[in-house]
Amino acid sequence: MPRLKRAWKTVKRRPMSLLGVALIGFFLAVAVLAPVLAPPEAGTRDAYIIPQTGYSPDPVRPSKEHRFGTTEQQYDLYYGMVWGTRTAFKVALKVVGFSVIIGVLLGGAAGFYGGWVDECLMRFTDVVLAFPDLVLAVVIVAIMGPSLEHVMYSVMAVSWPSYARLMRGDVMSVKERDFVAAARALGASDARILFRHIIPNSIYPVLVVASLSTGSVVITAAALSFLGLGAPVGYADWGQLISLSRNWILGSSGNPFEYWHTVFIPGIAIFLFVLGWNLLGDAVRDILDPRQK
Amino acid sequence: MLKFCLKRLAFLPLVMFGVTFLLFFCLQFLSPEMRASLYIKDPRQLSQLEAVIEKYGLRKPMPVQYAIWLKQVVRGDLGYSETAKMPVAEAIRAFFPATFELTLLTFFPILIVGVFFGVLSAVYKDRLVDHITRFVAITGYSLPSFVLGLVLLMVFYGRLHWFPPGRYTLETDMLVHLDSFRHYTGLLTLDCLLNREGGAFVDVVKHMILPACTLLYISVALLLRITRSSMLEELSKDYVRTARAKGLPERVVIRKHALANALIPVVTLSSLLFIGLLGGVVITETVFDFPGIGRWGVQAAQQLDVPGVLGSTMLAAFLFVMANLISDMLYAVVDPRIRVGG
Repeated sequence: MPRLKRAWKTVKRRPMSLLGVALIGFFLAVAVLAPVLAPPEAGTRDAYIIPQTGYSPDPVRPSKEHRFGTTEQQYDLYYGMVWGTRTAFKVALKVVGFSVIIGVLLGGAAGFYGGWVDECLMRFTDVVLAFPDLVLAVVIVAIMGPSLEHVMYSVMAVSWPSYARLMRGDVMSVKERDFVAAARALGASDARILFRHIIPNSIYPVLVVASLSTGSVVITAAALSFLGLGAPVGYADWGQLISLSRNWILGSSGNPFEYWHTVFIPGIAIFLFVLGWNLLGDAVRDILDPRQK
Repeated sequence: MLKFCLKRLAFLPLVMFGVTFLLFFCLQFLSPEMRASLYIKDPRQLSQLEAVIEKYGLRKPMPVQYAIWLKQVVRGDLGYSETAKMPVAEAIRAFFPATFELTLLTFFPILIVGVFFGVLSAVYKDRLVDHITRFVAITGYSLPSFVLGLVLLMVFYGRLHWFPPGRYTLETDMLVHLDSFRHYTGLLTLDCLLNREGGAFVDVVKHMILPACTLLYISVALLLRITRSSMLEELSKDYVRTARAKGLPERVVIRKHALANALIPVVTLSSLLFIGLLGGVVITETVFDFPGIGRWGVQAAQQLDVPGVLGSTMLAAFLFVMANLISDMLYAVVDPRIRVGG
């Protein structure tokens, strides 16, 4: 794979890209090793439910028993962080993957067919773009009911338009090229021309933008969880764990930082995860975008 | 130019129509009973569910419902927002100035910091300054506003008691609601100064520092990046080489020649940034309990306060179209080579 080798060479030269690879690699390892790092109690049906020790409303500081301490209602923060890594990957990859697919299909169709198909699809895209992202996402979740699954749908619903726009422009320029005319002269069907010739030749800019926006997708999803629209309380999800800390920023009298861990630990995890994706996105852009060389 | 503006403005009602129609469409996924229950505040009124459905025509086909709503809007009635506890038009008048004030306070620092460090980073490309600047920028870009907001509150409110959340303290609240307090501009900071209430002015500013800092750190990265890449591009062009060959000092080459051209994309982007701040500082306002348009919009959406959501979304869509228009016009103004219209 000479291509991969070249990509690695680009990454190796830049410390920031290396850091991105290291961060995502670390989180990937945590996600894969979750059952080893934080084994669920025997007989649990859903490993993503954080074990609870007691029902006291006050968070407890890190101790031997609870490495990262507990949140309010005594959910073990360490367990939540480890299994939350899996949730974070699931949300990031699913949302970005599906919104790219939707964007590529709609933008591809608009650019390829032109005319009224283009007009209809693009005016619809404009309308969705004109919405304040978060408000539309919140409306969708509020209608469907709060759950992590619905958060993912709603973030997909607001993030496909930029891919569609980008794809449309690229398809429009690629479809005028000679090899498309050649394929058509050979009698290839519309579907074959679109999927075998045009999309593979116009998808790179979309992939670059997708890799650059993975971080912000994670932030948007976490923000919805923070607003209390995501997974139910006690589910291993970083955004949800932060929303649990909202009442504890003040600490107790005499010790204002008593509950620092409830904000800092999940906050740093989200930050590093997003940072990793952003640094990685920069690297992907440098590898795929020939203009940057 | 005028023709171009009119053409773009004609697009505005279309976007407004699309946005509101889409919202109505989404709401159809709720049963008429559920939508009717949104109008009911008291459990004792539940027996009148059918009457509510009848009154608001919730069982009629969706285009009919939309037409009914549209007729109301044309008559100037935007409805009553449950979350704001006031009519929508009044809510917009109450919340928009707060967000506008916060945006003003944030926008210029972002512009100054972003352009300054963007240029610095480009001029000293691949040197230590460049690396540090870019790293700081990308960390800000990666930090969710609610995390940064909570941490800032913990330190500057919980520990140091410097900057409390909210809009103002109880004292200022009482003061601004006195009859003797005249609301000249709607912007609280200015009104406090005009009423010669120095204490209240300081109080209001104190409440805006933390949200402003959060927004600054989070939004500066984009501007910085654009400035840097645009500056790098200009610095590699022939006219810069010519200017250097003429023996002009580097300072002049950078300030007089390259910067003027490099700022073109920055100017257009900044109008988008300004409107983006106006329309979408939802989470920051929520974390700091700042009563602005974003917090209201998201609360309305959460509680499915339909008139509230429609009102705040229409405002945002309006701002969105205007931002694009202004940005295109600015493009033509700062770069005489570009002509809009055509």
